[in-house]
Amino acid sequence: MPVNPMTSSEESLADQVIQAYRDKQPLRIVGGGSKSALGHTVTGTDLCLNHYQGIINYEPSELVITARAGTPLHIIEATLAEQGQMLGFEPPRYNNKATLGGTIACGLSGPRRPYSGAARDFVLGCRMINGKGERLNFGGQVMKNVAGYDVSRLMCGAQGTLGVLLDISLKVVPRPQLEQTLSLECDETQARTLLNNLGLKPLPISATCYQDGQLCIRLSGSESAVMAAAQFIGGEQQIGGEQLSGDEALTGREQLWQQLREQQLPIFKQPFFWRLSLPPATGPLPKEIVEQQVIEWGGAQRWITSQADPETVWNLARSLGGHGTRYGTDESLRQPLEPGLFKLSQQLRTSFDPERILNPGRLYPTL
Amino acid sequence: MTLSPDSLHPDSQHPEAQREQRLNDLLPLLRQLIPTQYIITEVEQLRAYECDAFTTMRQLPLLTVLPDTIEQVQHVMRCCHQLDIPVVARGAGTGLTAGSMPVENGVLLGMSRFDQIYNIDPDNRTALIGPGVRNLAVTEAAAVHNLYFAPDPSSQLACSVGGNVAENAGGVHCLKYGLTVHNILELEMVTASGELITLGSAALDAAGYDLTAILTGSEGLLGIVVRIRVKLLPRAESCRVMLAAFATIEDAGQAIAAVIGAGIIPAGLEMIDQTGICAIEELMHAGYPVDAAAVIICELDGGEAEVEDELQQVIQIFRELHATDIQIAEDAEQSTRIWAARKAAFPALARLAPDNYIMDGTIPRRALAQVWKQINLLADQYQLQVVNVFHAGDGNMHPSILFDSSNEEEHQRAFELGTRILELCIEVGGTISGEHGIGLEKINQMCLQFNPQELAQFHALKQAFDAKTLLNPGKQIPTLARCAEFNGLHVHNGEMPFPHLERF
Repeated sequence: MPVNPMTSSEESLADQVIQAYRDKQPLRIVGGGSKSALGHTVTGTDLCLNHYQGIINYEPSELVITARAGTPLHIIEATLAEQGQMLGFEPPRYNNKATLGGTIACGLSGPRRPYSGAARDFVLGCRMINGKGERLNFGGQVMKNVAGYDVSRLMCGAQGTLGVLLDISLKVVPRPQLEQTLSLECDETQARTLLNNLGLKPLPISATCYQDGQLCIRLSGSESAVMAAAQFIGGEQQIGGEQLSGDEALTGREQLWQQLREQQLPIFKQPFFWRLSLPPATGPLPKEIVEQQVIEWGGAQRWITSQADPETVWNLARSLGGHGTRYGTDESLRQPLEPGLFKLSQQLRTSFDPERILNPGRLYPTL
Repeated sequence: MTLSPDSLHPDSQHPEAQREQRLNDLLPLLRQLIPTQYIITEVEQLRAYECDAFTTMRQLPLLTVLPDTIEQVQHVMRCCHQLDIPVVARGAGTGLTAGSMPVENGVLLGMSRFDQIYNIDPDNRTALIGPGVRNLAVTEAAAVHNLYFAPDPSSQLACSVGGNVAENAGGVHCLKYGLTVHNILELEMVTASGELITLGSAALDAAGYDLTAILTGSEGLLGIVVRIRVKLLPRAESCRVMLAAFATIEDAGQAIAAVIGAGIIPAGLEMIDQTGICAIEELMHAGYPVDAAAVIICELDGGEAEVEDELQQVIQIFRELHATDIQIAEDAEQSTRIWAARKAAFPALARLAPDNYIMDGTIPRRALAQVWKQINLLADQYQLQVVNVFHAGDGNMHPSILFDSSNEEEHQRAFELGTRILELCIEVGGTISGEHGIGLEKINQMCLQFNPQELAQFHALKQAFDAKTLLNPGKQIPTLARCAEFNGLHVHNGEMPFPHLERF
């Protein structure tokens, strides 16, 4: 594919979309290129966002940052860290090229997601280019905004198929004073029972991970809150009459969360692995389908490997009230939508991108 | 300025004849599946449905249907789709923007019979409920598990969760716990053509587009929500409420910014001005200091020790900013009294004037003191009394304009002042509505916030869900023609409002 010269002005980005709309030529939206395997391969002229960079506005006391889509994620995170703040959804970076736009377009959230919210929960507003090349502004820089449909949240996870993100405003949160990781030896059922019980208590849990007989729980918050919770969880934990051996304040565990967030654990190195998104209290998955597994998000996100064909895994996920995505080295495969929902999704896509030129087929081949 | 709905159907010139015709066509179809006693056609009974809590705008529906099964809702939608009859869904009718006001010769679909809580799942911390369930009923049912439903609009005693979804309702705790959109997982929706579609899932996300996000706050324009899975949160261990009085608006405004700047996210952070304080105190006798320029209510929650730490920090911040009187609730009863008084703000205002027009603009916190002062200047200019009650933590302001609607000129003046206040909100980088929605009441002001291309995109999005424009037509998103007319009236000296503002 011919690659257009890099550009950094929004006018020229809009012009490229207008041209593509007139010519009915597909565009492949590219940021840092770190997440190209998170969808189907798109064939089209590159629309490069990685030079459309910069933090437009950041006022710590407003808890809001606005930045251009091509801004590298690590720059945003460093800027927030200087003010004792952070992105509450702990997005994976994969590498230093990852951009804010790509992160939001892919709707990626890390280990903190079930406890503080997903990427979409922090999106307050965006400016975007629709499939006709029109530059549009939705939402804003304030926490509460119900003027018109919530289009900016809809962009989250749409992977550019509804519009090219230009600027994004996000709510940010204070960094916790203290983080501490606890680890407990237990089997999967015990881990689930414990997490179900803990879920009914207002504890400052910010991540969980279960694999190979070990449950790790991260606590984040004020010093007093973390210490109190660590004492509570690390203390007497009787599951089914059995005393679990708690290990307080394990040092060296911090890197687990980094590995989980950046997908560096061994399971992510398999040629194919699955992400199952399930109701958190779902019981153990059938052994004939699941080979290896890592369970996080309090049970709501399960990374598995499986020899079963995609249909089988999807049926399993569906029967449990969730869905599954298969990741591979080049492409990923999403669970098919019910026909009514798929048709609605197509109509929605057409309403933003009538000529279907923005990342066509990226989410689903016919969407 | 008129506030009538856009005329959408070309045959609306003869409403009476059309009404007769539509009743004749629709009733036999409806009755095929819906018990006669669920269909209301008597004009006297229909009066109960002619408005929501924004009572200055009223319209009788063609008829009201009160279905109690999803199949019945599908049937209503299919019949209306076949006959091109508009449908407006209604929850408890507590909306403040005429969002569920019927459209002329349209069907009013009351969802009040969908009031069952199907299940509370403590392990997954969710509840599966009908849209007619009252907001507070969810929390009451979940209390046995130490769980609750976070959105708590002031109307939570009466308002339905279906209505919360339609409006993306907030409340006094949303700075920390989010709006309705953050607290729902799954929606079952009947489309304009009667199809049943599930959006979201019982997990934390779903495949495909995030349609739960777009449905939330769509004011009944995209589909009829018939079942909702909401997220439940564990109750905080400890909760402290304090009330602080300030001698100037500037100090109070700075106190808000300083608390957030210190890394504290209070569960609630409210501000009330002197007029509000006096009105509330007269009605509730909650011990609000009536001589203060402003009071701040601050609620902190979390673990015992954590809350104690934060409480001391906040007290110090308030003292540094010259707080004159700091009351700390010593028990649950005192906390409840402080909050009950705040939540009674609007009933309290009702005693001051026959009508009050509640604004809902949201602004960046930094602009709070500035906007507050300008609102007071505008109020003087328009010779109307404005009472300010703010969800200060998230910048959501609720200035209430007091007026008497029986005086047509004063009524007009109140609406104009409202528009000026919302212009001010946009000017400082805010929005015309934080949580009440647009409905019909603020539809003209949408023209100030969105340009024609953005509005056209909204209309295209609606078309994707509702190609015949039958769901709550004429609400929330103004037609381009309407905006041309409104902006025409609004242009001063041939200039667009705020020429210095970048129009994105």
